[in-house]
Amino acid sequence: MREFDYQRASDVAGAVALLGADPDTRFLGGGTNLVDLMKSGVERPARLVDIRELPLDEIEPTPDGGLRIGATVTNGDLAAHPEIRRRYPALAQAVLAGASGQLRNMATVGGNLLQRTRCGYFTDVTKPCNKRVPGSGCPAIEGEHHNHAILGASGHCVAVHPSDMAVALAAFDAVVHFHAADGPGQSPLADFYLPVGDTPHRETALPPGALITHVTLPPAPVAARSRYRKVRERASYAFAIGSLAAALDVRDGVVQDARLAFGAVASRPWRAGAAERVLIGAPADAGTYAAAADAELAAARPLPHNGYKVELIRNLVVAVLSELAEEAAR
Amino acid sequence: MRKKQLMTSSTSSVITLKINGEKHTLPVDHRTTLLDALRERLDLTGTKKGCDQGQCGACTVLLDGRRAVACLQLAVAAENREITTIEGVADGDRLHPVQQAFLDLDGFQCGYCTPGQICSAIGVIEEHAAGWPSAATSDVRPEAGPPPLSAEEIRERMSGNLCRCGAYVSIVEAVARAAGVQADERRGEDVPAGKGAAA
Amino acid sequence: MTTLTTATTLHTPAVGTAHTRIEGRDKVTGAARYAGEVPFADLAHGWLVLSTVARGRIRDLDTESVLAMPGVLAVLEHRNAPRLTTDYTSLLGMRPDPTCAVFQHDRVPHLGWPVALVVAETSEQAREAAETLVVHYEQEPHDVGFGAGHPDAYAADGHMPAVTEKGDLDAELAAAAVVVDAEYTTPEEHHHPMEPHAATARWDGGRLEVTDSNQGATWVVGELANLFSLDPAAVRVRSEHVGGGFGSKGVRAHQVAAVMAATVLQRPVRVVLTRRQMFSLAGYRSPTVQHVRLGADTDGHLRALAHRSLSQTATGYEFVESSAGVARVMYDADAHHTANRVVRLDVPSPTFMRAPGEAPGSFALEAALDELAEKCGIDPIELRLRNEPDRGPVSGLPFAGRNLAACLREGARRFGWGERDPRPGRRREGRLLLGTGMAAASFPAGAMPSTASATAHPDGTFTVRISAADIGTGARTALTLVAADALRTSPERVRVRIGDSDFGPAMIAGGSMGTRSWAWAIRVAAGELRERLALGTGIPPEGITVRSDTTEAIGALAAAERHSYGAQFAEVAVDPGTGEVRVRRMLGVFAAGRIVNPLTARNQLRGGMIWGISMALHEEAVRDRVSGGHVGADLAGYHVATHADVPRIEADWIEDTDPDDPVGIKGIGEIGIVGAAAAVANAVWHATGVRHRSLPIRPDRILAAAAEAPDA
Repeated sequence: MREFDYQRASDVAGAVALLGADPDTRFLGGGTNLVDLMKSGVERPARLVDIRELPLDEIEPTPDGGLRIGATVTNGDLAAHPEIRRRYPALAQAVLAGASGQLRNMATVGGNLLQRTRCGYFTDVTKPCNKRVPGSGCPAIEGEHHNHAILGASGHCVAVHPSDMAVALAAFDAVVHFHAADGPGQSPLADFYLPVGDTPHRETALPPGALITHVTLPPAPVAARSRYRKVRERASYAFAIGSLAAALDVRDGVVQDARLAFGAVASRPWRAGAAERVLIGAPADAGTYAAAADAELAAARPLPHNGYKVELIRNLVVAVLSELAEEAAR
Repeated sequence: MRKKQLMTSSTSSVITLKINGEKHTLPVDHRTTLLDALRERLDLTGTKKGCDQGQCGACTVLLDGRRAVACLQLAVAAENREITTIEGVADGDRLHPVQQAFLDLDGFQCGYCTPGQICSAIGVIEEHAAGWPSAATSDVRPEAGPPPLSAEEIRERMSGNLCRCGAYVSIVEAVARAAGVQADERRGEDVPAGKGAAA
Repeated sequence: MTTLTTATTLHTPAVGTAHTRIEGRDKVTGAARYAGEVPFADLAHGWLVLSTVARGRIRDLDTESVLAMPGVLAVLEHRNAPRLTTDYTSLLGMRPDPTCAVFQHDRVPHLGWPVALVVAETSEQAREAAETLVVHYEQEPHDVGFGAGHPDAYAADGHMPAVTEKGDLDAELAAAAVVVDAEYTTPEEHHHPMEPHAATARWDGGRLEVTDSNQGATWVVGELANLFSLDPAAVRVRSEHVGGGFGSKGVRAHQVAAVMAATVLQRPVRVVLTRRQMFSLAGYRSPTVQHVRLGADTDGHLRALAHRSLSQTATGYEFVESSAGVARVMYDADAHHTANRVVRLDVPSPTFMRAPGEAPGSFALEAALDELAEKCGIDPIELRLRNEPDRGPVSGLPFAGRNLAACLREGARRFGWGERDPRPGRRREGRLLLGTGMAAASFPAGAMPSTASATAHPDGTFTVRISAADIGTGARTALTLVAADALRTSPERVRVRIGDSDFGPAMIAGGSMGTRSWAWAIRVAAGELRERLALGTGIPPEGITVRSDTTEAIGALAAAERHSYGAQFAEVAVDPGTGEVRVRRMLGVFAAGRIVNPLTARNQLRGGMIWGISMALHEEAVRDRVSGGHVGADLAGYHVATHADVPRIEADWIEDTDPDDPVGIKGIGEIGIVGAAAAVANAVWHATGVRHRSLPIRPDRILAAAAEAPDA
C-alpha cells in the first residue's frame, strides 16, 4: 500500500472541494471495499478524504411520501430501520443478505453503490483485467467465470456487480443524489451504472470528483409486499451467484403491479423491465411468472460455465412470485 | 477541519485512540489499520489477524459499541470512536458472560478466532436486543416483532466469524447460554469437572 | 527436604472426565500469545515477494530503488541470500520441500514461488517495498492442467506402496452380477488455519531462537538445523499457542526467510504469510481423480475392488495424496487392486492435509459402496457389514480391534436409519428434497517415539515437559489429565509445559498420533517418578526429575492393522430450483480408542465432520490454466463452511480402549473427516436421485446435473 495523505471533511461542499479534480484522491466511507482494494494494490490513492463524519447519516421521509437515505447511513442501520422494513422489506432483506454483521456496521450506502466487482481477475493485480487496466484483456471469458455475467456483458468484461442492496434499490426506482464541483445533481439508479461496452473501467454516471450525498426512494405501495432472495455457495457470508428482488401486487387473481430486479447476473443490478411488462395485467400464476422470466432472460448470453444462472434466475422468479402471491391471498 | 498538521500533505499523523476506556496517543503511518495499531503498536494482541481483508472476522472489535472488523478500519479514521477489544470486555477478573460461556462449553479449539467470535457475539446479543432482524428472520417487518434468538438466528448472525477448527456447534451453544436462551444443541454430557464447570 | 504425603491417597481418575482447557481463560481473554504476537525489541518486519509467472527464470530484480525506500533494511534474493543445505531427510522421512529452501537459485517452478524477502522497520514499509519490487522473468511455457489421462502420470509410493494387486480383476469383474464403474473427483483444497504462518527469528548468544507457529518444534528444529548446517542444540523453536495447523504447519518459507534475515541483519526479524500467500506457500491437498470399480454377487459379496487414484505434485517435490490406501483397510475382495499415481506439474508443493489420502479416498470409495448398495438393492449398512474383513485385505495382518460394525449399528440406531425409505427423491418438504446418507470410516492408529520429563517439586506439585504442540486439539489439557493419573494426583497439581524444542525430541501434532505419542512418554516418565517417590526419599529443592524415551517400547509393538473407525450419517435438504444443499443434521459414531477428555474430544470430532461438510459442499481452489495461478485466492473466493452451514451435529463414541497403548488412546484428529463428505454426497443422491461424483456439490453443479438428468 502506497503512502497517502488523510483529511477529514466536515461538510459536503468542503469534502468535494478537498477532493477537487485530483484523480489520486478518494473519499473514504466505511472503508470495507476501498481499504481492501488498497491492500491488494487495485487502488493506490495518494490522498483520502474521510467523509464518515459528514451529516449524511439520517433516514427521513420525503414530502412525496418516499424515503431519503443519507449516503453515510451504515448498512446495519439501514436494514434495522423500521420504515425500511415496513415499506421496502426487500431492501432490508437485501442488505441483511450481504457481507457480515461486522461489515454491515461499517459499510455505508454510498460506498455500497460504488463497490467494485469481486471478479478474481480484477482483484489480483498480477493478472490482466480490462476494468483495472483498460486494454489488458479479460481472462475470465476463457477462464474461471462460473459466477460471471449472463446479461449485458461484452467481449471486454463479464464481471458482475457484487451489491445486494443495489438490486433492491433498482427494483424500487431509487434515485442517486450527489454533489459535484458545480453543485448538486441526481441520477436514477437505472441510469447510474453505465453499460459495459468497450469501457468496463467506466462504471457509473457519477461526475468526476462528485460525492454521493443520499439516495431517495419514491413511494411504492407495491414494495410493502416484497422479498429479496439470494443464492450463494455457502449459507451466509458469501457473494451472490444469483439473486432476486421482487414485489408483487395481486388483486382478483390478476397482477396489478410488479417489480423485479436480478443480482449477480450483470455488471449492474438488473432491473427486469421486460418481465414486469409481461406480469402486469396477467393472471397471477406460475405460467405467467415463468413467461415473465423467459421474456427477460431471452437476452441472456451465458458463457460455457455459467449457463446455470439462466435456470437459477428463472426458478427464483417463479418461486418468489408464487410465495408473494400466496401470502397476499392469505 | 482537523488540526493543521493534516492541512499540509503528510502521510502520518499523531492520533489519540480511546481503547477500553483508556486514551492512547501515538504517531501512525496513515496506512496503519486499527488492527495493526492494536497489535504492533499498543501490544493489544488479543485482536487477531486472520485474513487482513474482512473475510474471516478474527479481528472483530466493538466500535462505539457495534462490532466491526479492525483490519479494514484505518487507525487514523478511528479517532473519536470508542474502541473495545477482547482485553476490555471482562469486568476486572470477572469474565464477561460470553467469555465464561465459551470457556465452559468449549466454544473454541485453537483459540485464534475466539476473541473475534466473542466480540461478535457481544454485538449479536446487543443487536438482537435492539430488535434488529437478520437474514434468517422470516418476516423483517417491525410489526412482526423481534425474532426469537433461535440457533438458526445465532448461526446467521455469527456467520461473519469463520472457525476453521469447526467449533461452531459449541460456539452457538455458548452464545445461546450467554444470551439466556435455549439453543437446540444443549446436551447433558461433557460437564466439565474443572474450575468454572458448567451447570 | 519435604516428603510427599499425597501419593498414596485415594485418586479419582482424571482421564475420561470432561475438563475445560487449561489455557482456556487465556484464549477467551486474548491473553494467549501466538507466534506473531510475542514482542521483541528492535524487531524488523519481512515481507515475501512471490513470483507472478508459473515457470521460468529470474532475469533480474530491481532491488536498488527498493532499498532506497523509507525504512527498507534489506532485500534478500537468490544472488545474496545465505546458502542452504537441502541434501537431508527430515523427521518425517521426507526430503525437504523445495518451497522452504528459499532464494537458492534463479529457477521459478510455480506461480507464487518466493523470489525475495524485503525487510523494513515497519510492516507497512515492508509491504509497500515488496509490492514495488520489480522482478524480471524469462517466462517458459507451463503445465498446470491436472486431469485423468495426463501422459506424465506415474505410480508413486509416498508413505505407502504405490500399487497392490491381488487376484484377477478382469475375471472377477466379468463374473460379478453387479458392477459399479465410476470416476470421482475432488478439487484442490487448502488448510487455511485461522492463524496465518508466522515466525520471528533472532540470534541470542550464538543460539538461533525461533518463535513460530508449528505442529512440532522438534520437526522444525531438525529442518532448520539441516538447512542452515547448525548443530540442532544451537536451535531453539518455541510455539506456546498455535492457531490451527491441519498439516500445513511444518517448516515453510517464512521461517527460513526470517532466519536468513535475522542472520544478515543481526536483529530479530518477523515474517508473516498473508492469506493470499498461504495459497502457494503453505501446502495444500492435491486434487484427485479416482477410478473405482466394484464387482459383487447379488448378495453384495465383493468379488472385485479396484481403486486407482491420481493426484498432482510439484516438479521438484514428490508428495502423494494416497487416496487408494483406504481401500486396503476397509474392504476385501477376491480381486483387490489399488494404485496411487501422481503427475508432476508446475504447481506449488502439496502436503499432508487433515486425513491425507483417507479424506478424498473415502469420498470415492464410500460413494461407490453406496452406488453398489443401490444396484444390489441392499441397505448400505448391511452391504458394509456383509463385507467386513477378518484380516487386513492387503496386508493379511490381524486387526488390533476393528469396531466398525459396532459403530455402524449404534449409529443406525441413533440416527433412525431403520425408518429410511431407500428409494431416492421420495421425501419432500415444500420445494425441498430431503435425503439421508451414510458412510464408513477408518484412519490409522499409531504412535511415534517421544521423550518427556516429569519433575516432582517439594510443594507436592509436578511439572511435566514435552515438546508437544497444542494446535487446538486440547493436547495440553489431555496430557495434564494423563499425567495426573500416572502420578495419582489431581490435575490442578500438574503443570504441563509444551511448545519448546528444549524439552527434547517428540512427535509432531499430526497423523492422529500426537496426543497418543506424547501421553505414552509422559505416562512412562510419570510412572517412574511415582515409583521413585514411593521409596519415600525426600524431594530436594530442585525437585526430582525422571526422563523417558518411548523409542524402544513403540518399536516393540507387534505388526497389526491398527486403526480408528467411524460411521457417518447425514441428512440434507436440496432446493432443486436453486441448487442449494444444506446439511440438516449429522451424526458420527466412532471407535477411536480411549477418550481422554470428552469435552474437547467431542468438539474435535465434530470439527472433523464439519470439514467433511465443507469438503462436500464448499471448498475448491480454482487454478487458472493461462496464468498457472489461483483465481479468487482469498477466503471470499475459497469458501470454508461458516456458522450458517453447520447444523446440529452429534459426535459420540463407543468403548474402544486400545490394549496396546498404556493409556488406551488411538487418536481422534482425523477420523472425524473420513467418510463425512461421502455421507453428505450419498444423502444428496438420496434426496435428488442424482449422483454427484465431483466435489464440491455446488449449486451450479446441482442445477447442471438436474438439467441433464433424463427425467428432469
